[in-house]
Amino acid sequence: MIAQEISDSLKAQFGDAIVETKFDGVLDPYIKVAPEKIKDVALFLRDNVQTAFSYLMCLSGVDYQEGRLGVVYHLYSMKWNHKITLKVDVTVEHPHCQSVESVWKTANWHEREAYDLFGIIFDGHPDLRRILLPDDWEGHPLRKDYQVQEYYNGMKVPY
Amino acid sequence: MEEALTQHEESTHGLVESGRPLTIPGFGRPLKSEEMVVNMGPQHPSTHGVLRLELIVDGEVVVEVIPHIGYLHRCFEKHAEHMVNYQQVIPYCDRMDYIASMNNDLGYAVACEKLLNIKVPERVEYIRVIMAELQRIASHMLAIGTYGMDIGAFTPFLYCFRDRERILDIFEQTCGARLLYNYIWIGGLSHDVPLNFVEKVKDFCRYYRPNIKELNDLLSYNKIFIERTANVGVLPADVAINYGASGPVLRGSGVKWDLRKNDTYSIYDSFDFEIPTGTGIMGTVGDCWDRYMVRVHEMEQSLNIIEQAVDKIPAGDVQSAVPKRIRPEASEVYVRTETPKGELGYYIIADGTTSPYRVKVRPPTFVNLSILPAISRGAMIADVIAILGSIDIVLGEVDR
Repeated sequence: MIAQEISDSLKAQFGDAIVETKFDGVLDPYIKVAPEKIKDVALFLRDNVQTAFSYLMCLSGVDYQEGRLGVVYHLYSMKWNHKITLKVDVTVEHPHCQSVESVWKTANWHEREAYDLFGIIFDGHPDLRRILLPDDWEGHPLRKDYQVQEYYNGMKVPY
Repeated sequence: MEEALTQHEESTHGLVESGRPLTIPGFGRPLKSEEMVVNMGPQHPSTHGVLRLELIVDGEVVVEVIPHIGYLHRCFEKHAEHMVNYQQVIPYCDRMDYIASMNNDLGYAVACEKLLNIKVPERVEYIRVIMAELQRIASHMLAIGTYGMDIGAFTPFLYCFRDRERILDIFEQTCGARLLYNYIWIGGLSHDVPLNFVEKVKDFCRYYRPNIKELNDLLSYNKIFIERTANVGVLPADVAINYGASGPVLRGSGVKWDLRKNDTYSIYDSFDFEIPTGTGIMGTVGDCWDRYMVRVHEMEQSLNIIEQAVDKIPAGDVQSAVPKRIRPEASEVYVRTETPKGELGYYIIADGTTSPYRVKVRPPTFVNLSILPAISRGAMIADVIAILGSIDIVLGEVDR
């Protein structure tokens, strides 16, 4: 299935939840989904026989600046050997996005990492803790406006 | 009588420890066991680095494993988008999976070349494939050697390190470094190979092929080793795919899946090699022994690829396609390659400047390690070591 067909079937199923699509002029075609619908879209893409996206290759957080954060899902179907990229945009003021942990277990650690480094909150995640940084660290380092805290437990941080 | 017994029970209940009553067998309720938390790591020889496993155990049976990672976090992604330009990211890539640096660099170079739309010369492709496959053998040697040591076999470890030394010698002769090479550049290589390179590589292949049999006799088909690894940590194929497993962990579960064939890159489509999978001949498909054995067979296949490639290296300049100034247009790409540990993905966003806007690494061992709790529940504490070793993690890559 090519990206256009995947997008058409998603639009027929979910309508307004598909915010934007782009296939031409990009290396990886992508479909932008509303953050409160991403889990349903993911479940549909995994369980539909035509798409069968059984494999979540990667889940990345991105800071687009100007108050926008994003989550990017790279999906792959081992059955049909096709790929698609899903994107979700959230705002810095309300960085909430549905968790896809129940669809692909691999999302568990990826989402914890995106929460840790970008502060994106995945609603419905069973264990949303920091993963790479200590639990009491302040801020989310991969945001572009991140300022390192001066002291951590009495130790000077930028040494 | 009834009353007396109650009284007696009450008197034994007087001994209260940690909020629970102690009873003596034969009097009232049986003695209760409690779950206990045991910390494995962060300084533990079998964790292959600084990994802390919080084990919740009931007696010797593991109820839950909670991995705590991040001890080696070095902010690779922040460095890549802040401090350096595209070419300068490569030494940082070296330091992720530090026992398979060539493969890390290859993945990053392939991703950047896709962004820049560069076609690299044939000679470069051949040398890259030979280097990546030599590195795969070296990495598997270390995985196998240390795995044997986890189980209690010390000798195979020394044999593996003795042979790995020969590969490191070839690398050292080529680029001066034994571990962190900075050899594969965007669009080319840092140096051409030395004059006796082909002969050295052929020598190694001739030398190492019989040693795989020796390794099998020493370790793979050793009775004690099989007892410790067969039927332990069984990972079914559907669970493996749902958890995003890749590399020998996925293939050990019987899934015939290798990015070199299934989503090919570089010139891997011009070589003839097999994808070994777990067959469950010693126990169940997807147990520790299968994952281990896939690595042994992969070394043979890598030798096959090297032998096919080494005779066909064309002449040419390895730096002819290296761009003077790397400045891709605003775009993004996700490229994945097969490292010894599995699928290594680079998601790079370019914004038209000389340094990446965002580099996200999808490390294979980070994803493979997240399976550990799922396949360790119900195992013995000693089996957790066997399962962890069979996943073959490198903490430099898990934590980045």
